Amino acid sequence: MSAAEEVVAEGHEAVEAVPKRAMTLGTGTSLVVLAALLIVPVFVKNFIIFQMTMLLIYGLAVLALNILTGGSGQFSLGQSAFYAVGAYTSAVLMEYFNFNYALTIPISAAVCFAFGYLFGKPALRLSGVYLALATFALATAMPQLLKLNFLEHWTGGVQGLVVTKPDAPFGLPMSQDMWLYYFTLAVTVAIYIFSVNLLRSRSGRAFMAIRDNEIAASSMGVNVSLYKTLAFGVSAGITGVAGSLGAIAVQFVAPDSYTITLAISLFLGMVVGGVGWLPGSFVGAAFIIFVPNMAESISKGLSGAVFGVLLFLVIYLVPHGARQVAILGQQFVGKLRKN
Amino acid sequence: MELFTNQVLAGIATGAIYACMALAVVMIYQAIDHLNFAQGEMAMFSTFISWQLMQWGVSYWAAFLITLAFSFVAGIAIERILFKPLAKAPILTNVAGFIALFAIINSSAGLIWDFTIKQYPTPFGSAPFLGSQLISTHQAGMIGVTVLLLLGLYFFFQYTRIGLAMRAAASVPESARLVGINTSWMIALGWGMATAIGAIAGMLIAPVVFLEPNMMGGVLIYGFAAAVLGGLSSPFGAVVGGFLVGIFENLAGTYIPGVGNELKLPIALALIISVLVVKPAGLFGRHIVKRV
Repeated sequence: MSAAEEVVAEGHEAVEAVPKRAMTLGTGTSLVVLAALLIVPVFVKNFIIFQMTMLLIYGLAVLALNILTGGSGQFSLGQSAFYAVGAYTSAVLMEYFNFNYALTIPISAAVCFAFGYLFGKPALRLSGVYLALATFALATAMPQLLKLNFLEHWTGGVQGLVVTKPDAPFGLPMSQDMWLYYFTLAVTVAIYIFSVNLLRSRSGRAFMAIRDNEIAASSMGVNVSLYKTLAFGVSAGITGVAGSLGAIAVQFVAPDSYTITLAISLFLGMVVGGVGWLPGSFVGAAFIIFVPNMAESISKGLSGAVFGVLLFLVIYLVPHGARQVAILGQQFVGKLRKN
Repeated sequence: MELFTNQVLAGIATGAIYACMALAVVMIYQAIDHLNFAQGEMAMFSTFISWQLMQWGVSYWAAFLITLAFSFVAGIAIERILFKPLAKAPILTNVAGFIALFAIINSSAGLIWDFTIKQYPTPFGSAPFLGSQLISTHQAGMIGVTVLLLLGLYFFFQYTRIGLAMRAAASVPESARLVGINTSWMIALGWGMATAIGAIAGMLIAPVVFLEPNMMGGVLIYGFAAAVLGGLSSPFGAVVGGFLVGIFENLAGTYIPGVGNELKLPIALALIISVLVVKPAGLFGRHIVKRV
């Protein structure tokens, strides 16, 4: 390859820089949101509680992608694979080894962290569309791997596994759904705080330095390959936790629940919530859970088209996702205060 | 050995499909620097248009040309109406836009023409080609058209002013603008051409995979893989990549035990990724040097 053929790319980054201050909500707002999340389930039906649980679970999965993409600038279409590994780890441990459901969660976090970290190693050499293709391959392979004959004894093959839903402990007077909601909420809050602190830490700064300019980061002494694989590991670990919680909430795991469609949904959730804005993950999760249903109710035959049009509307109005809405809101409140 | 040759031949025949699609993918990648996830659906829609025209009694070649013209205009219209406003939005937002476009086209085609599988005619006939049982005249024709298309594109980009302008606009937009190239319209033109090439791919593929709204799902994935394997900056690489993917896929299905139809795709992808790990810009791609 001659030098004349080489193309010089200007500092053209796939993921825009988000300063770390702008990545979270203020303490006051966070507490208000948390209070609402604590109180609302008392007043609503079980089905809505279930949907809120799913919202938190998908929110966690989107958050994990956000740490990877918004934090370290790596793109992944393979999140559904990590989600599947988490879900199956929990399901197998609970059904074959009689593990307590709560105990399976740190285990699947560890398994998925290791899986993501190892996957991140060869993926180090890839970036942009190439990384997208590699992760995409992982996502398409996962359902097929789970159906393999020699794993069938554990995974139940195409049939999948049924997971028992846990009862509320200590004889607490609440339904299974409500208990699971509060359990999920506790896990979510813990992971959210962990993520916020991670991005504020030395490692988080290293992620962002790599995102903004890999070469500059490495010349400043950031160990690029360590932090890139670490970001993959952390993201996979959190996605695995979401997968575990998802398996417990849905009470069922099957290979075809974890196809590339799930990975694409999570990606859309991240874009709608705002890439690099952690609280937006939950807004994005709401979008991917409720908007397809809404589209279906508007028109059954054209539900895909309605979904597409709604998605276009969102990205036209707020190309930076919910983060942009939050910034506008903040400015508006600021103006009101001045007057 | 005979099994091997036969499988390679069969691989070349399916590879022609992927090569066609990969060519369309590379075209649009050259023009806009993104992979268009809706490319396959756009090709599917164009193919349905030609099918509809033939149902109304238009002859094959007339329908072919009308569809090409329609696709070219539609591609430009989609760029002008839907994606030009997103030009300044982040790349990931654009990708979300492609996914939205995918959903819209797929769902509308399903509503207009429903999801039943339709026969699609071939202009080349389907007799065995030169007495070989593996390649039919249609598949041979498909390979021929792909090669012609590639040659045509090569001459267009190398020897015409507008081809040169498009290359300039894609590689260094700022400098291209300074020498008076309307880069925004070059992008639209790239969309138009890519849509037209996609339409050709769709019309060639339809007799093999049959016509229905989801016909392109699998093909597009292989097309992407082929384009990435060959190097996204090289139309020639895309075509070679397409044939290689077809051969890979067939050989993996034959020689690796336990690989049914379902594991073909993951294995083909895994092979491509192994190639990419060794050659990150693809087999024929240009190496990109980053300026800090």
